[in-house]
Amino acid sequence: MKKMKLLLLLPLLLSFMASCAPVKEYQKNKINDAEMVLGARKVEKPESNFQSYREGASGANGGKVGGGCGCN
Amino acid sequence: MKKICLSVIGLFCLFLSAFSQSDASYHNQTLQVDEINLVSGYYNQTGDHSAVTGGIGSEKLNDVSNVIDLQFVKWNDRNNKYNLGFELGVDHHTSASQAYVSATGASRNWGLRVYPSVNWNMEKSNGIILGFGAAYSHEYNYTSNNLNFEIGKISKNKNTEINFRGSAFFDYVKMLEPSELRPKTVVTPGVTYTTASGNVISGDGESQGPHIPSSPRNTYAGSLTLSQVVTKNFQGELIVDGIAQKGFLSLPFHRVYFNDYDSAKIENLPDTRFKFPIGIRLNYFSGDHIIFRMYYRYYEDSWGIKAHTASIEVPYKISPFFSISPFYRYYEQSASSYFAPYGQHSINDAYYTSNYEFSSFSSQYMGINIKITPKRGIFHVPAFNTLEIRYGRYSQTTGLQANNIAIDFKFK
Repeated sequence: MKKMKLLLLLPLLLSFMASCAPVKEYQKNKINDAEMVLGARKVEKPESNFQSYREGASGANGGKVGGGCGCN
Repeated sequence: MKKICLSVIGLFCLFLSAFSQSDASYHNQTLQVDEINLVSGYYNQTGDHSAVTGGIGSEKLNDVSNVIDLQFVKWNDRNNKYNLGFELGVDHHTSASQAYVSATGASRNWGLRVYPSVNWNMEKSNGIILGFGAAYSHEYNYTSNNLNFEIGKISKNKNTEINFRGSAFFDYVKMLEPSELRPKTVVTPGVTYTTASGNVISGDGESQGPHIPSSPRNTYAGSLTLSQVVTKNFQGELIVDGIAQKGFLSLPFHRVYFNDYDSAKIENLPDTRFKFPIGIRLNYFSGDHIIFRMYYRYYEDSWGIKAHTASIEVPYKISPFFSISPFYRYYEQSASSYFAPYGQHSINDAYYTSNYEFSSFSSQYMGINIKITPKRGIFHVPAFNTLEIRYGRYSQTTGLQANNIAIDFKFK
C-alpha cells in the first residue's frame, strides 16, 4: 500500500514541477550558483563511497552502484 | 556634444567587442582544459562487528584516497559541445580485520586500490545529450571493469532535462578464504596443490607462485533522472534507479559462526540481487545568502532491506567568494533476511551472513563544508579557482564510528 501511495505521488510531483511558469535564462543567476548544482559535488565523493560500503542501500544519488572495493 | 556622442559610440563599440570576445572564447573550437580537480580524502573508523571474524572483532580501518580529475571541453561550428574527462584514483587502506583472514592474524593488513576512468559526452545544440564511458578498478582481492552510456535531452528553454544512464560492471572476486576454511590438500609426489597462502606447489616442493581462483560478479544498472527548474530560485530532480546483480555476491573472507556448529563457514548469499532506489533532490535559494540542499531516498531490494535516507545541507554565503555549509544526514534500514549476529545462524539456513551492513540499524552523519572561491584565485593564482574542505562525523547504532575529511583543489 505504501508503495502504491509513493507511485501515485511521483507523477503528481512531476506535473507540479513541470507546470510552473518557464524561467528565462536571465533570471537564472541563483539557479546557476555553484551551490545550487543538482547532484553530488567532487568533494562529496569519498563520503558517498564509504556510505555505500557501510550501508545496505545504494544508488539514486549519482554515486557508486557497483564495482570496486572488496571491503573488509 | 560631439565629444559626448563619440564617447558614447566608443563605449558602445567597446561593449560589443567585449561581448564578441567572450562569445568567441566560450565557443572555442579547440580542445581545452575546462577544469582540474584534485580531491584528497582521509577516512577512519572504529567498531567491533567485523564480518571477517564473524560479526565480532575490530573494524578499525584507515583509508587515504587521492583522485585527479581532468575535464576537457570543445565546441564545433554547429555549436555542439564536447566534454572529455579522465580520472585516476588511488586509495590506500589499513584494516585491523584484514589481518584475520589468516586465523593467526598474520595476513597483510593493508591494501591499495587503483581506479582510472574515461568518459566522453556531447551536448548538441538541439539539446540532445549522448555519452560513453569506461572505468577500471583493481585491488588485491577485487577487479572491476565498467562500461556505461548516457542519453538525454534538455528542453529548449533549458528548464527541464531528462537523462538515462546505463552501466554494466564485470567484476571478479578473488576467492581469498580464511586460512582455516581453505580446502586441505595432501602432498602427493608429482601432483600440484595449493597452499593455505595461495601458493601453487608441485609435488616435488617447488613453488609456482600465488594462484587463487576468482569468481565473477556482474552488475547492470539503469538510472533515469528528471531535472526541473521550478522557479528562479528553486530546482529539483527525481532519480529512479534499477540495479541487478548476478554472480558471487558474498565475500569469501567473511566468516559465519552457527548456534549448533563448532566451526565457521564462509558467508553464503544468493547469487542474484535486485535493488530499487528512488531519490529526490530539491535545492532552494532563500534570500541572497542561504541555500537549502535537500535530499530523500527510498530503497528496497530483493534481500529484504528497506531503507530511508534524508539529508539537508544549508550553505550560507558569507560573501560571494566564501560559504560555510553545515550538513546533516539520517539513514535507517531494516535487516536483510539473511543476516544474523555471531553464533545465531542455524546450520540449516540456506543463506547466512554476519556482516552488519545487512543488519537493522540507523546512522547519522553531520559536519561542515567550507568553500573559498576568491576573485583573484587562491593565493592570487588565477587558475586555482576553488578550495573546498569538508569534514563529517558518522555514527551507526551498531557502534561503528567514523570520521571523514576531504579537500578539493579546483583549477579552472
